Amino acid sequence: MSDVVPLSFQDLILTLHDYWGKQGCAILQPYDMEMGAGTFHTATTLRALGPDPWNAAFVQPSRRPTDGRYGENPNRLGAYYQYQVILKPSPPDLQDLYLGSLKAIGIDPLLHDIRFVEDDWESPTLGAWGLGWEVWCDGMEVTQFTYFQQMGGFDCKPVSGELTYGLERLAMYIQNKDSIFDLVYNNATADRPAVTYGDIFRENERQMSTYHFEVADTDMLFDAFKKATAECESCLQHALPIPAYEQAIKASHIFNILQARGVISVQERASYMGRVRDLAKGSCQAWMEKNGWAV
Amino acid sequence: MDGKEWVGSMTDFLLELRSEEIPARMQVKAKEDLARLFNDALLKAGLAAASVDTFATPRRLALIATGLPLATEAVSEETKGPKVGAPPQAMEGFLRKSGLSQDQLVERDGVHYAIVEKAGRQTADVLAEAIPAIIRAFPWPKSQRWGAASVSTESLRWVRPLQGIVALLGDAVVHCEIDGIVSGAETMGHRFHHSGPVIITNAGDYIEKLRVAHVLVHFSERCRIIRDGAKAAAEAAGLNLIEDEGLVIENAGLTEWPVPMLGRFDPAFLDVPQEVIQLTARVNQKYFVCHDSAGKLANAFVCTANIDAHDNGAAIVAGNEKVLAARLSDAKFFWEQDLKVALDTQAQKLAQITFHEKLGSVADKVERVAKLARWLVTEGIVTGATADAAERAARLCKADLVTGMVGEFPELQGIMGGYYARAQGESDAVADAIRDHYKPVGQGDDVPTAPVTVAVSLADKLDTLAQFFAAGMPPTGSKDPFALRRAAIGFLSLLLQNELRCSLKNMLVATGAGSSFDTLEEFLIDRLKVQQREAGVRHDLIDAVFSLGGEDDLVRLLARVKALQAYVTTSEGANLLAAYKRAANILKAVDGVDAAAPAPADLVREELALRTALEAAEPKAAAALSVEDFEGAMAALATLRAPIDAFFEGVMVNDPDQDKRAFRLGLLARFRDAVTQVADFSKIEG
Repeated sequence: MSDVVPLSFQDLILTLHDYWGKQGCAILQPYDMEMGAGTFHTATTLRALGPDPWNAAFVQPSRRPTDGRYGENPNRLGAYYQYQVILKPSPPDLQDLYLGSLKAIGIDPLLHDIRFVEDDWESPTLGAWGLGWEVWCDGMEVTQFTYFQQMGGFDCKPVSGELTYGLERLAMYIQNKDSIFDLVYNNATADRPAVTYGDIFRENERQMSTYHFEVADTDMLFDAFKKATAECESCLQHALPIPAYEQAIKASHIFNILQARGVISVQERASYMGRVRDLAKGSCQAWMEKNGWAV
Repeated sequence: MDGKEWVGSMTDFLLELRSEEIPARMQVKAKEDLARLFNDALLKAGLAAASVDTFATPRRLALIATGLPLATEAVSEETKGPKVGAPPQAMEGFLRKSGLSQDQLVERDGVHYAIVEKAGRQTADVLAEAIPAIIRAFPWPKSQRWGAASVSTESLRWVRPLQGIVALLGDAVVHCEIDGIVSGAETMGHRFHHSGPVIITNAGDYIEKLRVAHVLVHFSERCRIIRDGAKAAAEAAGLNLIEDEGLVIENAGLTEWPVPMLGRFDPAFLDVPQEVIQLTARVNQKYFVCHDSAGKLANAFVCTANIDAHDNGAAIVAGNEKVLAARLSDAKFFWEQDLKVALDTQAQKLAQITFHEKLGSVADKVERVAKLARWLVTEGIVTGATADAAERAARLCKADLVTGMVGEFPELQGIMGGYYARAQGESDAVADAIRDHYKPVGQGDDVPTAPVTVAVSLADKLDTLAQFFAAGMPPTGSKDPFALRRAAIGFLSLLLQNELRCSLKNMLVATGAGSSFDTLEEFLIDRLKVQQREAGVRHDLIDAVFSLGGEDDLVRLLARVKALQAYVTTSEGANLLAAYKRAANILKAVDGVDAAAPAPADLVREELALRTALEAAEPKAAAALSVEDFEGAMAALATLRAPIDAFFEGVMVNDPDQDKRAFRLGLLARFRDAVTQVADFSKIEG
């Protein structure tokens, strides 16, 4: 790794696209809505259901309002990027394929200690769970590796393998940086300078943290949450699982902002999460029914 | 070959179940389960191995059985049938069941017998059936489906995808298949150090072939390498490793080729409480930590890699150092942020946290605990503390639950509160009480003795117990969601170790949770029996004292029980108990016994002696009891033993003379009552 120029942030993404594209994955674009993780993308949630094969890879911008630190913590962001791969059914050589992707981005497994450490994944808001690992590289978690067992409360038949790379962490590792904001985003050319991750996103972090923690109008948000849930239910009545699911995603994100604003008590928290879960489950069920799969 | 040689033919068997990474915490149990299931399968087939050894690594679970016969022995099974001359229906039924014809039956002593010769089975066949059965029955705590086969929810489940089976009896593959996985002789070596398959010849070369392929299959060998290697790495840096066997086992479950290595972190992080550093290193990163020569936490850690890296681990150490630094800077951030907020301010936020939906918020609980802690001191139950200090500590004891650090590391509740309290200038007694008030956590944990701590800890547990019982939520069967059994053990340990003198009922009433605590009292006495079992105190003797009623000062109760136990386990005590039971039996059969029945004129020697003894012993026992001299009370009772034995020996209680009889029954009643002053002997077993 030392004698090669490490990948810039964008080259890391391009390399993964190239690698997974060659493995037969459709390279998708991010879902154009605010969401907390790549798993919320319909390419994961809805496509994990049903019998049809499905292989896709994409970057998903992920928003976690409560993790915002006003751009001051070198390791935490309120918005970051996940690289997600989903392979259905999970291929027998999924671990090897994954390790191949690490080699592709410049991690030598005889120089770095790669480990699969038990970490069972569960998303209470999606009614989903799976078994797998967090993958460690020299003690740092770089990927979540999961065999989905259930999604939206339904058994996955067949099981999908899901890989979620934390792109910033991987890049910090590859580029040997101590702060996310120092990451090299692209490489300079003779007449155009390079930019860093901080150049692009630090101001977003500052403003979005202020917004999420201090400014967001909570009355408006509570109202929006209600409206999203009502809209979701209306879509379900019209047997439109995709727009219904979009409203579930919206409700989930609004709930996350309300959490960051600190206006949801511990007691209420579970009940809000339960409502989002019901919407997500309802959407999954409608998706199954629309496709004619037994629920 | 002749029969003798055939029987003597033994061979070894190797089974390896190779999968994707098995969680570290499951491997030790998985070894035991594999051995058990395998032995059960052998036993069922009438086979036995000379030895069964099991192995586990992250990627394989294996077993070697030695000294297996090549086949099971032929057996002839004899079944008894109808007698000669029995009705034809009986014979028909028997023939149908045994599958034989009548001329195949054997007649002996007028009875028909069916004799079925069962041929021996090839061991390879037995194993070929047993392997899939073992795999399907394997009790993983959590298992999953995977791959194309998982279109059916009935597809094979394993802890993680199962990849291969090695099954060799001698040098021959035991052929079996499960969900498309076919047994063979091929396995894989270390994930990164070895490419291509490893071909195993037989059980004899399995361990060494894998060693060459950078896999140490012996769990204990990997443990030893980690234990010794971590120690040596610390010593080479002039440090002492803080030993941690749990971490040794966990790291052995995460590696096939463990390589312990020392790393460092910025000494500036040592400002953060050492419990935080230790926990971050241990729980999040599975690192050992070290002490320096002065016994203080050093800025060093030992991580365990799974490879022999090209650069001797320089890059691995550098990477791990960076990860730990990021974690510690997070911790330092929380520590510094938390220090900016007074605990009193934090405590106000507890109103937002539900303790239990029926029992209000944590702030409500704190209010109750503060009152109770103050009461324990003002009542003189806990001495050596001021009521103000007890109340102050109680008011702050849960405040750290809303701090950033405890949010991140819930295990540090109490400990962080202690640090924050000291930092904001609380007295040591108050800070210590906040730190230690969760103790003791279960049996065997240190029991606090500092008075303020005792008051807060006791009040906390007492409140939890009283509130949950009053709200009708006692533990049931194996369900104890609020850890009330543990709270009870903690409560009892605090009370007994500190010899806190108080009526249990008064304490329960002081909680304000209600007025009737019968179920809780019973529960506590039950827990007391469990807790004292380890100390060898007999449960029936606890009952014998408790059922007298009126004795709910548990310190005194236990002292009484111990004196009682010391006495009843002597032969003299056993005799007294026997005499008591005899007296009680006689008395049970009669109505209207008068302990004060007048003495007839002609008393026999034994009657006189018993009366004299009773007259002396009764006041002595009562006096001893009144000053809690339970040994003294026992000694007084002991004086009755000889006279009562002599009485039973020389006197007939049921004398035809009414007066004599009434007087003798009266004497027995007096004897019974004297004994019962000390304990209800009818509850004593034996």
